[in-house]
Amino acid sequence: MMQNATLFDYFNLFWFAILPYIALFTFFLITIQRYTRTGYSYSSLSSQFLENKIHFWGLVPFHYGIILILIGHFIGFLIPKQVLIWNSNPLRLYVIEVTAFIGGLFTLIGLVNIFIRRLTDARAKVVTSNIDWIVLSILLFQIVTGLLVAVFNSWGTQWFAASVAPYLWSVLKFNPNIAFVTPLPLTAKLHIIGAYTIILLFPFTRLVHLLVIPNPYLWRKPQLVRWYWNRKKIRTQRSI
Amino acid sequence: MDVRSQISMVFHLDKCIGCHTCSIACKNIWTDRKGTEYMWWNNVETKPGTGYPTKWEDQEKYKGGWENVKGKLKLRSTGKAKIIFNIFHNPHMPSMNDYYEPWTYKYETLFNAPEGTDQPTALPISMVTGKYMDIEAGPNWDDDLSGSPIYAENDPNLSALTPEQKSQLFAIQRLVFFYFPRICNHCLNPACVASCPSGALYKRGEDGIVLIDQERCRGWRSCVAACPYKKSYYNWSTGKSEKCILCFPRIESGQAPACFHSCVGRIRYLGVLLYDADKIEEVAKKSDTELVEAQRSMILDPFDPEVIQAALENGIHEQVITAAQNSPVYKFVKIWKIALPPHIEFRTLPMLFYVPPLLPVMSSFNGETIKNMGEDFFPDFDKARAPIEFFGKLFAAGNNSKIRYVLKKQMAVRTYRRAVTVGDIEMDLAKKMLLEADCSVEEAEAIYKLTSLCTFNDRFVIPPAHREEAIEMLRDPLEYKQSVGFGFKEEPKRGS
Ligand code: HEM
Ligand code: SF4
Ligand code: SF4
Repeated sequence: MMQNATLFDYFNLFWFAILPYIALFTFFLITIQRYTRTGYSYSSLSSQFLENKIHFWGLVPFHYGIILILIGHFIGFLIPKQVLIWNSNPLRLYVIEVTAFIGGLFTLIGLVNIFIRRLTDARAKVVTSNIDWIVLSILLFQIVTGLLVAVFNSWGTQWFAASVAPYLWSVLKFNPNIAFVTPLPLTAKLHIIGAYTIILLFPFTRLVHLLVIPNPYLWRKPQLVRWYWNRKKIRTQRSI
Repeated sequence: MDVRSQISMVFHLDKCIGCHTCSIACKNIWTDRKGTEYMWWNNVETKPGTGYPTKWEDQEKYKGGWENVKGKLKLRSTGKAKIIFNIFHNPHMPSMNDYYEPWTYKYETLFNAPEGTDQPTALPISMVTGKYMDIEAGPNWDDDLSGSPIYAENDPNLSALTPEQKSQLFAIQRLVFFYFPRICNHCLNPACVASCPSGALYKRGEDGIVLIDQERCRGWRSCVAACPYKKSYYNWSTGKSEKCILCFPRIESGQAPACFHSCVGRIRYLGVLLYDADKIEEVAKKSDTELVEAQRSMILDPFDPEVIQAALENGIHEQVITAAQNSPVYKFVKIWKIALPPHIEFRTLPMLFYVPPLLPVMSSFNGETIKNMGEDFFPDFDKARAPIEFFGKLFAAGNNSKIRYVLKKQMAVRTYRRAVTVGDIEMDLAKKMLLEADCSVEEAEAIYKLTSLCTFNDRFVIPPAHREEAIEMLRDPLEYKQSVGFGFKEEPKRGS
């Protein structure tokens, strides 16, 4: 491919074979560093306290939508073969496509409300930083391209499993095979590039709240007590 | 028996003059930072009144605290499943409008205003947005407004009253109110701790102070929704929740918390209670009417050799046990039984106790005149100006006999002391009243002394924290010589 490479090929090479590594490297380096050095900065940065009405219509559909979609992407990535088998029945293919699309719409509606809220509410504006706008914009870009792909290049669950999943695996195995993705339509390519950008920006933004989603909570006892001394040890001088 | 020690508190409501000094002391030390302007870890409410945040006692609205659901203790709205599904938007979380929007004044305009025929004014500006604003509420907005149809009439505790009692309560000639200062109760079964998805809240083993680990808090805000007293607050700027820390740095160095120290009415007492931690769950499940007594029963006698032995085995220092023996709180709560927990039906087992005020109750209403004493020398508590049901709802989970006991005893002590000092009441009669009120002469003297003549050291019996020993067990202090050993490792500023 490199013999008579066009500018276009170099573009592809950068976006699909180099950017992923920049993104992943930055992601791991910075999130770990941020967690260990400035763990205090990990927070949901909730603003429900300041504005409590539009909040519901933004945050709830957005999160339920995006979590559903993300899980979908992960399934397609982890078990592409099983997805293809599932899809062999047209009805099941329909169900999964429609569910994904509705999830996408939820995300979009939620995100639009988040935009409206942060643009119109004076208190919410106070806790909206530039980096918040960057995050929200790139997420909007991602959802719009995702929905466009779903509309104009339907049966995405099918070709995702067939071409994107193997490509992603090739990236993870440090042997990127961009031949899988170069034939994809522009919107799909933009969607992939958007994903890498999100991963790249992730550690610098509020998105890190994803990494501290609560789970010990599900297993622990309700009450927590911390002792500042070693109870048994400290009184041994008295030997009681 | 798992003996633990708890720094506990008593507020004597008859002595509170509603000056808000306590609130200011606290604010100046802890909550004058950005994002905390609206927080009052200590606040003083007028009762009847709606309080801060508005109607916090109404758990139909805020769904805080615990419920006993068929023998199982459950968080009303902040149990695991509900928190997970509501984590993106908690429907029961109070918002700034339930508290108030903090403001300051644009004082420059007093100096800069162009010359004119009118007086220059300093306009209010929001401490959140920095814009001009109309002030609609404040942290003590209903101060002294008993009888007000907007505030006092919406007091959730009035649900215990008959419509007749209610209308009488607010009749202008017999209007009553009292002050109700509040801080975090440092509960034994804290809903805030139980609800935190990140496990950031904890109770300190040594003294029972409930704290939020700022490094581990992720801003899920479930503690705010879970605390039925609304004493955990969300800092909208840092994205972390904060609450009363009972001035632990002061307590550890033997000083009383700032609100206690500054209290003008000297209404506040602080001391150690030893309790049996094995009983927490069992007690929290008791029926409403049993709760007060059940909580009292888990407080242990610090003079009992068995208790002392078990305490020592649990690593409780001798000096802490001595402090428990001298604790003013132990006397008020356990020996004299005249201090009661606020809203114990929320089942967090609060460790701040209140001596219900005698003053507004004492005089009964007889036709057009207000009488101070009934036929049997005790005022007729059931015809009192402030209905006993109101106090029952507030301090005894509806068990009015507990209130009657407290008021009777206080009344008897007062009559007895009047017989001693003024002498216009016969001593025989005063003693009869004491007998009736389950109170010996010695006890009456002790109550009188600790109520009226109490010095600083009587009111605050703070055990040495022995942090120096504690810290030596965990790390070598010499290693930290010449370095900063206290405070944040990083600047507590808002993340991105
Ligand atoms: C998996 C579990 C997740 C949890 C528990 C969670 C929780 C939260 C919470 C509590 C907030 C604060 C909402 C408030 O203002 O009160 C928030 C905000 C936000 N989350 Fe998540 N989240 C999750 C997943 C995600 C995912 C997958 C994304 C996107 C990739 C995401 C993007 C955002 C964004 C952009 C905001 C800020 C919204 C705004 O501007 O107000 N979250 N999240
Ligand atoms: S009063 Fe509220 S914040 Fe304080 S310990 Fe009890 S439940 Fe927690
Ligand atoms: S300082 Fe004391 S007397 Fe004054 S309001 Fe506070 S608790 Fe009441």
